[in-house]
Amino acid sequence: MTDPSKSPNGGWTPRIVAFFCNWCTYTAADLAGVSRLKYSSNIRVIRLMCSGRVDPQFILDAFSRGADGVLIGGCHPNDCHYVEGNYKMLRRFQLLKRMLADLGIEEQRLRLEWISAAEGEKVKRVVNEMTTQIKALGPLGMPEKFRDWDQEVIELAHHVEKSGAAACCCGSAAAPKDSKAEVAHV
Amino acid sequence: MSKPKVAFYWCASCGGCEETVVDLAEDILGVVEKVDIVLWPVAMDFKYKDIESMPDRSIVATLLNGAIRTSEQEEMAVLLRRKSQYLIAYGACAHLGGIPALANQFSREQILKFNYEDCPGMVNERKTRPQLHFEENGCSPHLPEFRNVVRTLDQVVDVDFYIPGCPPTPNLTKAAFDALLSGKLPPKGSVLAPDSALCDECDRKKTKPSDIAFLEFKRPHQALFDPEKCFLAQGVVCMGPATRSGCGAVCTSGNMPCTGCFGPTSRVRDQGAKILSSLCANIGPRDEEGINKVLEGIPDPVGTFYRYGLAKSLLRRKVNLPTSGNGH
Repeated sequence: MTDPSKSPNGGWTPRIVAFFCNWCTYTAADLAGVSRLKYSSNIRVIRLMCSGRVDPQFILDAFSRGADGVLIGGCHPNDCHYVEGNYKMLRRFQLLKRMLADLGIEEQRLRLEWISAAEGEKVKRVVNEMTTQIKALGPLGMPEKFRDWDQEVIELAHHVEKSGAAACCCGSAAAPKDSKAEVAHV
Repeated sequence: MSKPKVAFYWCASCGGCEETVVDLAEDILGVVEKVDIVLWPVAMDFKYKDIESMPDRSIVATLLNGAIRTSEQEEMAVLLRRKSQYLIAYGACAHLGGIPALANQFSREQILKFNYEDCPGMVNERKTRPQLHFEENGCSPHLPEFRNVVRTLDQVVDVDFYIPGCPPTPNLTKAAFDALLSGKLPPKGSVLAPDSALCDECDRKKTKPSDIAFLEFKRPHQALFDPEKCFLAQGVVCMGPATRSGCGAVCTSGNMPCTGCFGPTSRVRDQGAKILSSLCANIGPRDEEGINKVLEGIPDPVGTFYRYGLAKSLLRRKVNLPTSGNGH
Protein backbone atom coordinates (compact mmCIF):
# COMPACT_ATOMS: atom_id res chain seq x y z
CA MET A 1 0.00 0.00 0.00
CA THR A 2 1.21 3.49 -0.66
CA ASP A 3 1.69 5.97 2.12
CA PRO A 4 -1.43 8.17 2.12
CA SER A 5 0.54 11.20 3.28
CA LYS A 6 2.75 11.13 0.20
CA SER A 7 1.74 12.84 -2.99
CA PRO A 8 2.30 10.99 -6.28
CA ASN A 9 5.68 12.64 -6.69
CA GLY A 10 6.75 11.42 -3.25
CA GLY A 11 6.56 14.71 -1.32
CA TRP A 12 4.54 15.32 1.82
CA THR A 13 0.93 16.37 1.42
CA PRO A 14 -1.48 17.19 4.25
CA ARG A 15 -3.93 14.73 5.71
CA ILE A 16 -7.06 16.47 6.92
CA VAL A 17 -9.73 14.62 8.84
CA ALA A 18 -13.15 16.13 8.22
CA PHE A 19 -16.16 15.51 10.46
CA PHE A 20 -19.25 16.44 8.47
CA CYS A 21 -22.80 16.42 9.76
CA ASN A 22 -25.24 14.19 7.94
CA TRP A 23 -27.88 16.84 7.28
CA CYS A 24 -25.95 19.80 5.92
CA THR A 25 -22.25 19.58 5.25
CA TYR A 26 -22.08 15.94 4.17
CA THR A 27 -24.98 16.56 1.82
CA ALA A 28 -23.13 19.63 0.53
CA ALA A 29 -20.07 17.48 -0.13
CA ASP A 30 -22.36 15.11 -2.05
CA LEU A 31 -23.67 18.05 -4.00
CA ALA A 32 -20.12 19.14 -4.79
CA GLY A 33 -19.57 15.63 -6.10
CA VAL A 34 -22.62 15.43 -8.34
CA SER A 35 -21.90 18.96 -9.56
CA ARG A 36 -18.46 17.72 -10.62
CA LEU A 37 -16.72 20.34 -8.51
CA LYS A 38 -13.10 19.47 -7.94
CA TYR A 39 -11.48 20.02 -4.58
CA SER A 40 -8.18 18.81 -3.21
CA SER A 41 -8.13 15.16 -2.22
CA ASN A 42 -6.43 15.78 1.12
CA ILE A 43 -9.54 15.36 3.23
CA ARG A 44 -10.84 12.13 4.69
CA VAL A 45 -14.51 12.70 5.42
CA ILE A 46 -16.19 11.04 8.39
CA ARG A 47 -19.96 11.39 8.42
CA LEU A 48 -21.59 11.99 11.78
CA MET A 49 -25.25 12.65 12.45
CA CYS A 50 -24.51 16.09 13.89
CA SER A 51 -21.56 18.39 14.54
CA GLY A 52 -22.73 18.19 18.16
CA ARG A 53 -21.57 14.56 18.11
CA VAL A 54 -17.94 15.60 17.60
CA ASP A 55 -16.36 14.67 20.91
CA PRO A 56 -13.17 16.74 21.42
CA GLN A 57 -11.50 13.36 21.99
CA PHE A 58 -12.09 12.58 18.29
CA ILE A 59 -10.17 15.70 17.33
CA LEU A 60 -7.22 15.04 19.66
CA ASP A 61 -7.20 11.41 18.59
CA ALA A 62 -7.06 12.42 14.92
CA PHE A 63 -4.10 14.71 15.60
CA SER A 64 -2.32 12.11 17.70
CA ARG A 65 -2.69 9.51 14.94
CA GLY A 66 -1.20 11.69 12.27
CA ALA A 67 -3.78 14.16 11.01
CA ASP A 68 -2.28 17.50 10.01
CA GLY A 69 -5.60 19.27 10.29
CA VAL A 70 -9.17 18.68 11.44
CA LEU A 71 -12.17 20.27 9.73
CA ILE A 72 -15.63 20.22 11.24
CA GLY A 73 -18.66 21.03 9.14
CA GLY A 74 -22.12 21.62 10.56
CA CYS A 75 -25.41 23.33 9.81
CA HIS A 76 -25.71 27.10 9.99
CA PRO A 77 -26.93 28.58 13.31
CA ASN A 78 -30.69 28.00 13.71
CA ASP A 79 -30.59 25.21 11.08
CA CYS A 80 -29.44 22.27 13.22
CA HIS A 81 -31.57 19.21 12.62
CA TYR A 82 -31.33 18.58 16.37
CA VAL A 83 -31.87 22.26 17.24
CA GLU A 84 -28.85 22.69 19.55
CA GLY A 85 -26.03 20.46 18.25
CA ASN A 86 -24.14 23.05 16.24
CA TYR A 87 -24.17 25.48 19.18
CA LYS A 88 -22.65 22.79 21.37
CA MET A 89 -19.91 22.31 18.78
CA LEU A 90 -19.29 26.05 18.55
CA ARG A 91 -18.87 26.34 22.34
CA ARG A 92 -16.51 23.38 22.48
CA PHE A 93 -14.57 24.75 19.53
CA GLN A 94 -14.05 28.14 21.21
CA LEU A 95 -12.31 26.62 24.21
CA LEU A 96 -10.64 23.77 22.36
CA LYS A 97 -8.86 26.08 19.94
CA ARG A 98 -7.54 28.10 22.88
CA MET A 99 -6.39 24.92 24.62
CA LEU A 100 -4.75 23.60 21.46
CA ALA A 101 -2.88 26.90 21.09
CA ASP A 102 -1.60 26.43 24.67
CA LEU A 103 -0.43 22.96 23.64
CA GLY A 104 1.42 24.34 20.63
CA ILE A 105 -0.94 23.40 17.81
CA GLU A 106 -1.38 26.20 15.26
CA GLU A 107 -4.83 27.73 15.00
CA GLN A 108 -5.28 26.92 11.30
CA ARG A 109 -5.08 23.19 11.98
CA LEU A 110 -8.57 23.16 13.48
CA ARG A 111 -11.42 24.75 11.60
CA LEU A 112 -15.18 24.90 12.09
CA GLU A 113 -17.42 25.88 9.19
CA TRP A 114 -21.16 26.12 8.75
CA ILE A 115 -22.00 24.68 5.32
CA SER A 116 -25.61 24.09 4.31
CA ALA A 117 -26.76 21.30 2.01
CA ALA A 118 -26.95 23.81 -0.86
CA GLU A 119 -23.37 25.05 -0.49
CA GLY A 120 -21.33 22.57 -2.51
CA GLU A 121 -19.23 25.47 -3.72
CA LYS A 122 -18.33 26.35 -0.10
CA VAL A 123 -17.10 22.81 0.57
CA LYS A 124 -14.74 23.21 -2.35
CA ARG A 125 -13.52 26.64 -1.21
CA VAL A 126 -13.02 25.66 2.46
CA VAL A 127 -11.23 22.40 1.69
CA ASN A 128 -8.92 24.02 -0.83
CA GLU A 129 -8.17 26.94 1.49
CA MET A 130 -7.42 24.70 4.41
CA THR A 131 -5.20 22.45 2.33
CA THR A 132 -3.18 25.46 1.16
CA GLN A 133 -2.85 26.79 4.70
CA ILE A 134 -1.71 23.47 6.12
CA LYS A 135 0.70 22.93 3.27
CA ALA A 136 2.28 26.23 4.30
CA LEU A 137 2.43 25.11 7.97
CA GLY A 138 3.96 21.74 7.15
CA PRO A 139 3.28 18.40 8.82
CA LEU A 140 2.13 18.15 12.45
CA GLY A 141 3.52 14.62 12.58
CA MET A 142 2.42 13.53 16.06
CA PRO A 143 3.26 9.81 15.60
CA GLU A 144 6.80 10.78 14.57
CA LYS A 145 6.97 13.17 17.53
CA PHE A 146 5.93 10.44 19.96
CA ARG A 147 8.66 8.21 18.57
CA ASP A 148 11.21 10.99 18.85
CA TRP A 149 10.17 11.82 22.44
CA ASP A 150 10.45 8.20 23.52
CA GLN A 151 13.83 7.63 21.99
CA GLU A 152 15.53 8.69 25.24
CA VAL A 153 13.65 6.00 27.18
CA ILE A 154 14.26 3.22 24.72
CA GLU A 155 18.00 3.87 24.80
CA LEU A 156 18.15 3.44 28.57
CA ALA A 157 15.89 0.38 28.58
CA HIS A 158 18.30 -1.27 26.13
CA HIS A 159 21.23 -0.28 28.30
CA VAL A 160 19.72 -1.69 31.52
CA GLU A 161 18.62 -4.77 29.65
CA LYS A 162 22.15 -5.36 28.44
CA SER A 163 23.77 -4.79 31.82
CA GLY A 164 21.23 -7.06 33.51
CA ALA A 165 21.28 -9.71 30.82
CA ALA A 166 23.79 -11.83 32.69
CA ALA A 167 21.56 -12.00 35.74
CA CYS A 168 18.30 -12.37 33.93
CA CYS A 169 16.72 -13.51 30.76
CA CYS A 170 13.10 -12.63 31.40
CA GLY A 171 13.38 -8.88 31.89
CA SER A 172 10.75 -7.31 29.76
CA ALA A 173 11.70 -3.65 29.88
CA ALA A 174 9.36 -2.76 27.15
CA ALA A 175 9.35 0.01 24.69
CA PRO A 176 6.57 2.38 25.69
CA LYS A 177 3.27 0.65 25.34
CA ASP A 178 0.94 1.73 22.64
CA SER A 179 -1.65 3.62 24.61
CA LYS A 180 -4.08 3.34 21.71
CA ALA A 181 -4.91 -0.17 22.79
CA GLU A 182 -7.33 1.12 25.38
CA VAL A 183 -9.03 3.80 23.38
CA ALA A 184 -12.72 3.97 23.98
CA HIS A 185 -14.89 6.97 23.33
CA VAL A 186 -18.19 7.10 25.08
CA MET B 1 6.84 -20.34 54.57
CA SER B 2 8.46 -16.98 54.08
CA LYS B 3 6.25 -13.94 53.89
CA PRO B 4 5.56 -12.35 50.50
CA LYS B 5 7.97 -9.55 49.69
CA VAL B 6 6.68 -6.05 48.99
CA ALA B 7 8.56 -2.94 47.87
CA PHE B 8 7.67 0.75 47.91
CA TYR B 9 9.52 3.16 45.71
CA TRP B 10 9.18 6.83 44.81
CA CYS B 11 10.14 8.75 41.71
CA ALA B 12 9.00 12.28 40.75
CA SER B 13 6.57 12.78 43.61
CA CYS B 14 5.95 14.91 46.67
CA GLY B 15 5.87 12.22 49.35
CA GLY B 16 2.12 12.39 49.79
CA CYS B 17 1.71 8.83 48.54
CA GLU B 18 4.17 7.59 51.17
CA GLU B 19 2.06 9.42 53.69
CA THR B 20 -0.96 7.38 52.65
CA VAL B 21 0.83 4.15 53.45
CA VAL B 22 1.47 5.54 56.92
CA ASP B 23 -2.16 6.70 57.04
CA LEU B 24 -3.23 3.09 57.01
CA ALA B 25 -2.70 3.68 60.76
CA GLU B 26 -3.26 0.49 62.76
CA ASP B 27 -4.16 -1.36 59.56
CA ILE B 28 -0.53 -1.08 58.57
CA LEU B 29 0.28 -3.53 61.37
CA GLY B 30 -1.87 -6.12 59.69
CA VAL B 31 -0.02 -5.50 56.44
CA VAL B 32 3.43 -5.60 58.02
CA GLU B 33 2.51 -8.83 59.74
CA LYS B 34 1.77 -10.51 56.44
CA VAL B 35 4.53 -9.14 54.24
CA ASP B 36 8.24 -8.46 54.23
CA ILE B 37 9.05 -4.93 53.17
CA VAL B 38 12.24 -5.27 51.15
CA LEU B 39 12.52 -1.69 49.93
CA TRP B 40 11.09 1.56 51.25
CA PRO B 41 13.58 4.41 50.84
CA VAL B 42 11.41 6.97 52.63
CA ALA B 43 11.33 4.95 55.83
CA MET B 44 14.11 2.34 55.78
CA ASP B 45 17.67 2.05 54.55
CA PHE B 46 18.37 0.01 51.44
CA LYS B 47 20.95 0.22 48.70
CA TYR B 48 20.53 -0.13 44.98
CA LYS B 49 22.74 -3.22 44.98
CA ASP B 50 20.44 -4.94 47.50
CA ILE B 51 17.66 -4.82 44.94
CA GLU B 52 19.97 -5.72 42.10
CA SER B 53 21.11 -8.86 43.87
CA MET B 54 17.57 -10.16 44.42
CA PRO B 55 16.38 -12.93 42.12
CA ASP B 56 14.08 -11.78 39.34
CA ARG B 57 10.36 -11.80 40.21
CA SER B 58 11.16 -12.40 43.85
CA ILE B 59 9.19 -9.35 45.00
CA VAL B 60 5.47 -10.10 44.90
CA ALA B 61 4.42 -6.50 44.43
CA THR B 62 6.12 -3.16 44.03
CA LEU B 63 4.06 -0.05 44.66
CA LEU B 64 5.78 2.70 42.76
CA ASN B 65 4.64 6.30 43.12
CA GLY B 66 5.74 9.37 41.20
CA ALA B 67 6.12 10.26 37.57
CA ILE B 68 9.27 9.36 35.62
CA ARG B 69 11.49 12.31 34.78
CA THR B 70 15.12 11.30 35.26
CA SER B 71 17.29 8.48 33.96
CA GLU B 72 17.71 7.21 37.52
CA GLN B 73 13.93 6.90 37.95
CA GLU B 74 13.74 5.06 34.65
CA GLU B 75 16.47 2.72 35.67
CA MET B 76 14.76 1.91 38.98
CA ALA B 77 11.45 1.39 37.19
CA VAL B 78 13.07 -1.07 34.79
CA LEU B 79 14.91 -2.84 37.60
CA LEU B 80 11.86 -3.10 39.86
CA ARG B 81 9.77 -4.31 36.95
CA ARG B 82 12.21 -7.17 36.54
CA LYS B 83 12.31 -8.03 40.22
CA SER B 84 8.54 -7.93 40.76
CA GLN B 85 5.65 -10.17 39.88
CA TYR B 86 3.24 -7.24 40.04
CA LEU B 87 4.23 -3.67 39.37
CA ILE B 88 1.61 -1.26 40.63
CA ALA B 89 1.47 2.39 39.61
CA TYR B 90 0.58 3.98 42.93
CA GLY B 91 -0.98 7.43 42.91
CA ALA B 92 -1.81 10.01 40.25
CA CYS B 93 1.79 10.71 39.20
CA ALA B 94 2.70 7.12 38.36
CA HIS B 95 -0.78 6.55 36.93
CA LEU B 96 -1.31 9.72 34.86
CA GLY B 97 1.74 11.94 35.25
CA GLY B 98 0.26 13.98 38.07
CA ILE B 99 1.29 17.52 38.97
CA PRO B 100 4.89 16.95 37.77
CA ALA B 101 3.54 16.28 34.28
CA LEU B 102 2.36 19.89 34.02
CA ALA B 103 6.04 20.48 33.23
CA ASN B 104 5.27 18.90 29.86
CA GLN B 105 4.16 22.41 28.86
CA PHE B 106 7.77 23.61 29.02
CA SER B 107 11.05 22.60 27.50
CA ARG B 108 13.92 21.16 29.50
CA GLU B 109 15.89 24.35 28.84
CA GLN B 110 13.05 26.60 30.09
CA ILE B 111 12.83 24.60 33.30
CA LEU B 112 16.57 24.50 33.99
CA LYS B 113 16.96 28.18 33.15
CA PHE B 114 14.17 29.20 35.48
CA ASN B 115 15.30 27.03 38.35
CA TYR B 116 19.01 27.78 38.18
CA GLU B 117 18.98 31.38 36.91
CA ASP B 118 15.70 33.26 36.82
CA CYS B 119 13.62 32.14 39.78
CA PRO B 120 13.19 34.72 42.56
CA GLY B 121 15.86 34.46 45.23
CA MET B 122 18.33 32.62 43.03
CA VAL B 123 21.94 33.75 43.33
CA ASN B 124 23.98 31.91 40.74
CA GLU B 125 26.29 34.38 39.06
CA ARG B 126 28.29 31.74 37.26
CA LYS B 127 25.06 30.16 36.03
CA THR B 128 26.14 26.78 37.31
CA ARG B 129 23.91 23.90 36.40
CA PRO B 130 24.01 20.26 37.44
CA GLN B 131 26.32 18.25 35.22
CA LEU B 132 26.11 14.56 34.45
CA HIS B 133 29.79 14.11 35.26
CA PHE B 134 32.17 16.32 37.20
CA GLU B 135 35.40 16.11 39.17
CA GLU B 136 35.46 16.91 42.87
CA ASN B 137 38.34 16.07 45.24
CA GLY B 138 39.60 13.38 42.98
CA CYS B 139 36.18 11.75 42.69
CA SER B 140 34.09 11.82 39.55
CA PRO B 141 30.43 11.59 40.58
CA HIS B 142 27.74 10.76 38.09
CA LEU B 143 24.33 12.44 38.31
CA PRO B 144 21.07 11.26 36.75
CA GLU B 145 19.99 12.90 33.56
CA PHE B 146 16.97 15.20 33.46
CA ARG B 147 14.80 14.01 30.57
CA ASN B 148 12.94 16.13 28.04
CA VAL B 149 9.59 14.55 28.83
CA VAL B 150 7.69 13.64 32.01
CA ARG B 151 6.21 10.17 31.72
CA THR B 152 3.73 7.94 33.45
CA LEU B 153 5.09 4.65 34.75
CA ASP B 154 3.37 2.68 31.98
CA GLN B 155 5.07 4.83 29.34
CA VAL B 156 8.36 3.40 30.59
CA VAL B 157 7.63 -0.16 31.70
CA ASP B 158 4.77 -2.62 31.68
CA VAL B 159 2.35 -1.98 34.58
CA ASP B 160 -0.02 -4.54 36.10
CA PHE B 161 -2.36 -2.38 38.17
CA TYR B 162 -3.08 1.23 38.97
CA ILE B 163 -4.10 2.72 42.29
CA PRO B 164 -5.36 6.23 41.53
CA GLY B 165 -5.44 9.42 43.57
CA CYS B 166 -3.41 12.34 44.77
CA PRO B 167 -2.79 10.66 47.09
CA PRO B 168 -4.65 7.33 46.98
CA THR B 169 -6.92 7.00 49.98
CA PRO B 170 -6.03 4.53 52.77
CA ASN B 171 -9.14 2.44 52.09
CA LEU B 172 -8.14 1.89 48.44
CA THR B 173 -4.61 1.01 49.54
CA LYS B 174 -5.90 -1.45 52.07
CA ALA B 175 -8.30 -2.99 49.55
CA ALA B 176 -5.41 -3.39 47.11
CA PHE B 177 -3.30 -5.16 49.74
CA ASP B 178 -6.22 -7.42 50.63
CA ALA B 179 -6.68 -8.31 46.96
CA LEU B 180 -2.97 -8.96 46.50
CA LEU B 181 -2.63 -11.12 49.60
CA SER B 182 -5.76 -13.13 48.87
CA GLY B 183 -4.87 -13.47 45.20
CA LYS B 184 -8.28 -12.13 44.15
CA LEU B 185 -7.00 -9.78 41.49
CA PRO B 186 -8.94 -8.19 38.64
CA PRO B 187 -7.67 -8.45 35.04
CA LYS B 188 -4.26 -7.00 34.32
CA GLY B 189 -4.31 -3.29 33.56
CA SER B 190 -7.23 -2.56 35.90
CA VAL B 191 -7.46 0.57 37.97
CA LEU B 192 -8.15 -0.63 41.50
CA ALA B 193 -11.10 1.69 42.15
CA PRO B 194 -14.78 1.79 41.15
CA ASP B 195 -15.47 2.43 37.47
CA SER B 196 -18.10 5.15 37.82
CA ALA B 197 -17.94 8.93 37.93
CA LEU B 198 -17.27 10.78 41.15
CA CYS B 199 -20.80 12.26 41.07
CA ASP B 200 -22.03 8.78 41.96
CA GLU B 201 -20.65 9.04 45.46
CA CYS B 202 -20.94 12.80 45.92
CA ASP B 203 -23.54 13.97 48.45
CA ARG B 204 -24.33 16.94 46.25
CA LYS B 205 -25.57 14.73 43.42
CA LYS B 206 -29.20 15.30 44.37
CA THR B 207 -28.79 18.98 43.49
CA LYS B 208 -27.01 18.29 40.19
CA PRO B 209 -29.12 20.00 37.56
CA SER B 210 -30.27 17.91 34.60
CA ASP B 211 -30.23 20.98 32.44
CA ILE B 212 -27.75 23.74 32.97
CA ALA B 213 -26.73 26.92 31.18
CA PHE B 214 -23.47 28.39 32.46
CA LEU B 215 -23.40 32.18 32.36
CA GLU B 216 -20.04 32.42 34.12
CA PHE B 217 -17.39 30.20 35.65
CA LYS B 218 -16.15 31.06 39.12
CA ARG B 219 -12.84 29.88 40.49
CA PRO B 220 -12.51 28.65 44.08
CA HIS B 221 -10.95 31.87 45.39
CA GLN B 222 -13.62 34.05 43.84
CA ALA B 223 -16.70 33.06 45.82
CA LEU B 224 -18.02 31.45 48.96
CA PHE B 225 -19.66 28.20 48.02
CA ASP B 226 -22.89 26.71 49.20
CA PRO B 227 -21.79 23.57 51.09
CA GLU B 228 -24.70 21.45 49.87
CA LYS B 229 -25.39 22.43 46.29
CA CYS B 230 -23.73 20.81 43.26
CA PHE B 231 -20.70 22.86 42.20
CA LEU B 232 -21.82 22.88 38.59
CA ALA B 233 -25.08 24.49 39.67
CA GLN B 234 -22.95 27.17 41.34
CA GLY B 235 -20.98 27.83 38.14
CA VAL B 236 -17.79 26.24 39.43
CA VAL B 237 -15.59 23.96 37.32
CA CYS B 238 -15.87 20.58 39.03
CA MET B 239 -14.07 17.67 37.38
CA GLY B 240 -16.42 15.19 39.06
CA PRO B 241 -18.39 14.16 35.96
CA ALA B 242 -15.14 13.20 34.14
CA THR B 243 -13.38 11.65 37.12
CA ARG B 244 -13.38 8.18 38.58
CA SER B 245 -14.96 7.67 41.99
CA GLY B 246 -13.45 5.83 44.93
CA CYS B 247 -12.08 8.68 47.04
CA GLY B 248 -15.31 9.00 49.01
CA ALA B 249 -15.84 12.49 47.56
CA VAL B 250 -13.47 13.96 50.12
CA CYS B 251 -12.92 17.25 48.30
CA THR B 252 -16.55 18.01 47.62
CA SER B 253 -17.39 17.09 51.24
CA GLY B 254 -14.76 19.65 52.23
CA ASN B 255 -16.52 22.27 50.09
CA MET B 256 -13.94 22.22 47.31
CA PRO B 257 -14.67 21.11 43.75
CA CYS B 258 -13.11 17.93 42.37
CA THR B 259 -9.85 18.58 40.51
CA GLY B 260 -9.75 15.17 38.84
CA CYS B 261 -6.89 13.31 40.55
CA PHE B 262 -8.44 9.84 40.09
CA GLY B 263 -8.29 10.18 36.32
CA PRO B 264 -11.02 9.13 33.91
CA THR B 265 -13.17 6.01 34.02
CA SER B 266 -12.31 3.13 31.69
CA ARG B 267 -14.71 4.44 29.02
CA VAL B 268 -12.87 7.72 28.56
CA ARG B 269 -9.46 8.04 26.97
CA ASP B 270 -8.77 11.72 27.52
CA GLN B 271 -10.12 13.23 30.72
CA GLY B 272 -9.45 16.85 29.77
CA ALA B 273 -11.19 16.62 26.41
CA LYS B 274 -14.17 14.95 28.06
CA ILE B 275 -14.74 17.58 30.75
CA LEU B 276 -14.18 20.32 28.18
CA SER B 277 -16.85 18.71 26.05
CA SER B 278 -19.29 18.46 28.92
CA LEU B 279 -18.79 21.93 30.37
CA CYS B 280 -18.76 23.75 27.05
CA ALA B 281 -21.87 22.05 25.71
CA ASN B 282 -23.76 23.56 28.62
CA ILE B 283 -22.71 27.17 28.22
CA GLY B 284 -25.70 29.50 27.98
CA PRO B 285 -24.89 31.94 25.15
CA ARG B 286 -24.99 30.90 21.49
CA ASP B 287 -22.87 33.63 19.92
CA GLU B 288 -19.08 33.66 19.84
CA GLU B 289 -18.73 36.83 21.86
CA GLY B 290 -21.09 35.65 24.58
CA ILE B 291 -19.48 32.19 24.70
CA ASN B 292 -15.98 33.63 25.00
CA LYS B 293 -17.13 35.94 27.80
CA VAL B 294 -18.29 32.90 29.79
CA LEU B 295 -15.07 31.04 28.95
CA GLU B 296 -12.97 33.85 30.43
CA GLY B 297 -13.71 32.07 33.71
CA ILE B 298 -11.41 29.24 32.56
CA PRO B 299 -8.14 31.12 31.94
CA ASP B 300 -5.94 28.02 31.92
CA PRO B 301 -7.73 25.06 30.33
CA VAL B 302 -4.63 22.83 30.26
CA GLY B 303 -3.85 23.39 33.94
CA THR B 304 -7.50 22.98 34.90
CA PHE B 305 -8.50 19.95 32.83
CA TYR B 306 -5.17 18.12 32.79
CA ARG B 307 -4.03 19.01 36.29
CA TYR B 308 -3.04 15.39 36.91
CA GLY B 309 -3.28 13.86 33.49
CA LEU B 310 -1.18 15.72 30.93
CA ALA B 311 1.39 12.95 30.45
CA LYS B 312 -1.38 10.41 29.86
CA SER B 313 -3.49 12.67 27.63
CA LEU B 314 -3.77 12.04 23.90
CA LEU B 315 -1.18 14.72 23.05
CA ARG B 316 1.01 14.04 26.13
CA ARG B 317 2.95 17.27 25.92
CA LYS B 318 3.09 20.69 24.30
CA VAL B 319 3.69 19.51 20.78
CA ASN B 320 6.19 22.08 19.50
CA LEU B 321 8.80 21.76 22.23
CA PRO B 322 12.28 20.74 21.18
CA THR B 323 13.40 17.17 21.71
CA SER B 324 16.92 16.65 20.64
CA GLY B 325 17.22 13.07 21.74
CA ASN B 326 18.92 13.22 25.11
CA GLY B 327 19.16 16.99 24.86
CA HIS B 328 22.64 17.49 26.24
